[in-house]
Amino acid sequence: MAFISSGYDPKQPMKDRITDIGPKDYKEFLPPVIKKNYGKWLYHEILEPGVLMHKAESGDEVYTVRVGSPRLMGVQTIREICEIADKHCGGHVRWTTRNNVEFMVDSKDKVAPLKEDLLSRKHTGGSFKFPIGGTGAGMTNIIHTQGWVHCHTAASDASGTVKAVMDDLFDEFTQMRLPAQLRVSMACCVNMCGAVHCSDIGFVGYHRKPPIIDHKILDQICEVPLAVAACPTAAIRPTKVDLPDGTKVNSVAIKNERCMFCGNCYTMCPALPLSDGQGGDGLIIMVGGKVSNRISNPKFSKVVVDFVPNEPPRWPTLVKKVRQIVEAYSKGAHKYERLGEWAERIGWERFFEVCDLEFTWHLIDDFRDPAYETWRQTTNFKF
Amino acid sequence: MAKHKTPLLDELEKGPWPSFVSDIKREAESRAKNEKGVEYQIPVDVCDDLLGVLELSYTDGETHWKHGGIVGVFGYGGGVIGRYCDQPEMFPGVAHFHTVRVNQPSGLYYSTEFLNKLCDLWEFRGSGMTNMHGSTGDIVWLGTTTPQLEEIFYELTHNLDTDLGGSGSNLRTPACCLGMSRCEYSCIDAQDLCNDLTHEFQDFLHRPAFPYKFKFKMDGCPNGCVASIARSDLSFIGLWKDNIRINQEAVRAYIGGEIPPNGGAHAGRDWGKFNIQKEIIDLCPTKCMWMEGDTLKINDKECNHCMHCINAMPRALRIGEDTGCALLLGAKAPILDGAQMGTLVVPFIKCESPYTEIKDLIEKLFEFWMEEGKNRERVGETMKRIGLYKILQVLEVEVDARVVQEPRTNPYIFWKEEEVTGGWDRKIEDYRSRHKM
Ligand code: HEM
Ligand code: HEM
Ligand code: SF4
Ligand code: SF4
Ligand code: SF4
Ligand code: SF4
Repeated sequence: MAFISSGYDPKQPMKDRITDIGPKDYKEFLPPVIKKNYGKWLYHEILEPGVLMHKAESGDEVYTVRVGSPRLMGVQTIREICEIADKHCGGHVRWTTRNNVEFMVDSKDKVAPLKEDLLSRKHTGGSFKFPIGGTGAGMTNIIHTQGWVHCHTAASDASGTVKAVMDDLFDEFTQMRLPAQLRVSMACCVNMCGAVHCSDIGFVGYHRKPPIIDHKILDQICEVPLAVAACPTAAIRPTKVDLPDGTKVNSVAIKNERCMFCGNCYTMCPALPLSDGQGGDGLIIMVGGKVSNRISNPKFSKVVVDFVPNEPPRWPTLVKKVRQIVEAYSKGAHKYERLGEWAERIGWERFFEVCDLEFTWHLIDDFRDPAYETWRQTTNFKF
Repeated sequence: MAKHKTPLLDELEKGPWPSFVSDIKREAESRAKNEKGVEYQIPVDVCDDLLGVLELSYTDGETHWKHGGIVGVFGYGGGVIGRYCDQPEMFPGVAHFHTVRVNQPSGLYYSTEFLNKLCDLWEFRGSGMTNMHGSTGDIVWLGTTTPQLEEIFYELTHNLDTDLGGSGSNLRTPACCLGMSRCEYSCIDAQDLCNDLTHEFQDFLHRPAFPYKFKFKMDGCPNGCVASIARSDLSFIGLWKDNIRINQEAVRAYIGGEIPPNGGAHAGRDWGKFNIQKEIIDLCPTKCMWMEGDTLKINDKECNHCMHCINAMPRALRIGEDTGCALLLGAKAPILDGAQMGTLVVPFIKCESPYTEIKDLIEKLFEFWMEEGKNRERVGETMKRIGLYKILQVLEVEVDARVVQEPRTNPYIFWKEEEVTGGWDRKIEDYRSRHKM
């Protein structure tokens, strides 16, 4: 493995340096039919799950086949996507905001061969490489974050939980039989690097044990003031500690009852790990959020399951609870009604009943100001 | 032959949904075979070791990644995230496994020619594993070593005409929906606006100057496909001000059942015959629609452009022609004082290239926030701390009843002295001349 230079000279970093050029111009990448009819689309139709037809004022049509992806993919798979796009789509392809891939063709007769080609491709393990769906009143791909594949604060795995839930609800991806869109998201810690806080269903990895303090090394590898400042709830203070061997070291003390298990301190100071595979870490489930302004205002998701254990590799409890919620929603909601609108119409007390979920004290908000607004200030409730 | 046994991960190769485990294995095998004779610049077995360390996490239920050490490219304060494995002896291939964020093209369209070049570079100088795309919108490349960072940056800028994205207390890579390129609902050219602002504010994107991160996102209409209202410090949402365009013939075709409602989105279940009264008119949140015989009427002045009727009858109804966008400020995830949606600060602004008016507003906002924002305070939190009115003053926009959901429920108004007749400077003698002690 010999080092091959790109042309960059470490002794003269500024030589020939190009900076601040930004992304490549998107216009270079538009398929001809898209470029021609840009801003002149009349209407669209979903011809079948995963297949859209957009009609332009010019009379042109573009047919889009949408397929799911695991988001985490290697360049071999991306090259295969390119090969398909070269074969069927004149060398153009796009991704959606929810990690689906869209193949576009400019006439209807090109759709069937494209679909057939996509569905014929499977991984050696048996899963589809390019399942078609994710449109209309159904479930689309689950937005998710890094998890154990790449993040230091992850309390659960993102790719694994998503794969387990998508396998179980695969039919909702390939069909359109729900009352409205169902947007599901996953974040692997309470930082929630995604729109989990505004999704129909979200599951979030979280820790439940405060950091362990590695007194022996803390002062050597961390800046104590930075660790103290990192804590959003001011649970950390500087202190001096006697080690078993008699030496006195600078370290920190943590007020455990103030800790909200966010992991910010660990980001600043690796001597404060908080992951715990011995019963501490797991997931919560949140529901009822939305970002669209359709009919009702955008809404935040609410926590409806206080804890689901980490059960790799297939997280059966998580999968089961998500299914319970989807089935109750599918049965109870009116046409066009999003999950949160349905829950508000029937009342949250009824939601817990029909989803067969337990309401525990953990679900009563006691975190700062917004909590009050979630308590009930009326006699309009149901028995 | 696989380097590590991965019995737990192997379970995730089963089932219909595309398996990320199969995908990593595929990359591992391709590197081991190396049919194209690539001179890999980072360990050949990087993907095997990624599977190995992931299997370890599946066994013990804990992550094995560490934060630590600032890495990056010369002159930039973002775009690369340092990542190290805490079991480097067991998994030397991923001992250093940094993330590179590559700025995506607006709207996420690609030519295969460009994509293949990206793949060649990343296979050569990194693990080959990617996220298409990260939640912010970037192309995310997972896993390379420190010496490769400058080389990757050099090749990206010299050969691929592409830059890194943002991370840290920077402007983050702006993102948009696909807008006018293929959506008939788009009231603004979301892609162009996104691309334009990304270029305009390059300096902020690459060099930390803010108290904390700052995100722009653009949705072409209130459907919000890029979730800007929930995820961006400054959200642009396309709107129209005039009338919904109605094709009465198509309305009748929907009523007659000739066109499936909502573009066919509900085709998978028998919801019964389409009923315009029940499904459109009664669900309109402002109750501004009615039928006169077989003609659909809309009192457009009362419409709040929620999109429902247009979504449900796309062939009969179209957005208006006097278009622009609303600006909403300060959305964020729940960390720390609870989640915030974007708050409306500008109900309507014209949105046409070169976007001068919009850029002026942004500059005022940045200047103010760099001055007044506390360290690690999102702009939404700054706004909460100092109040919405102060922000409107900063932006020099007029006060408008549209920016509140409802007026205040307390009379604790902080009047300004100049607003009160006679001012606050009063003499006790005058008062006493009217009131004895
Ligand atoms: C029938 C009307 C609608 C049409 C024609 C439509 C069109 C689209 C298009 C073209 C995309 C791809 C956007 C992109 O990748 O940039 C998309 C994605 C999305 N839309 Fe809509 N939209 C509609 C209604 C809605 C509504 C009502 C909502 C929310 C309630 C919504 C939420 C989303 C979300 C979250 C995505 C990302 C999904 C994905 O990429 O798989 N859309 N929509
Ligand atoms: C102080 C709290 C936070 C910390 C310490 C943190 C840390 C990180 C780290 C280390 C990553 C990189 C993961 C990787 O690639 O290995 C990341 C990714 C990301 N973060 Fe955060 N984060 C925090 C809060 C947030 C919040 C509140 C948001 C959203 C508003 C956010 C948005 C993102 C996004 C979009 C990504 C990319 C994730 C992906 O595409 O999977 N972060 N964060
Ligand atoms: S949600 Fe948490 S664990 Fe997941 S990528 Fe973001 S910071 Fe890391
Ligand atoms: S995990 Fe968060 S709340 Fe707990 S001590 Fe660390 S920084 Fe503070
Ligand atoms: S936000 Fe509106 S304009 Fe943009 S893709 Fe979604 S429906 Fe279309
Ligand atoms: S867009 Fe919404 S508010 Fe306006 S007429 Fe249609 S349903 Fe009513």
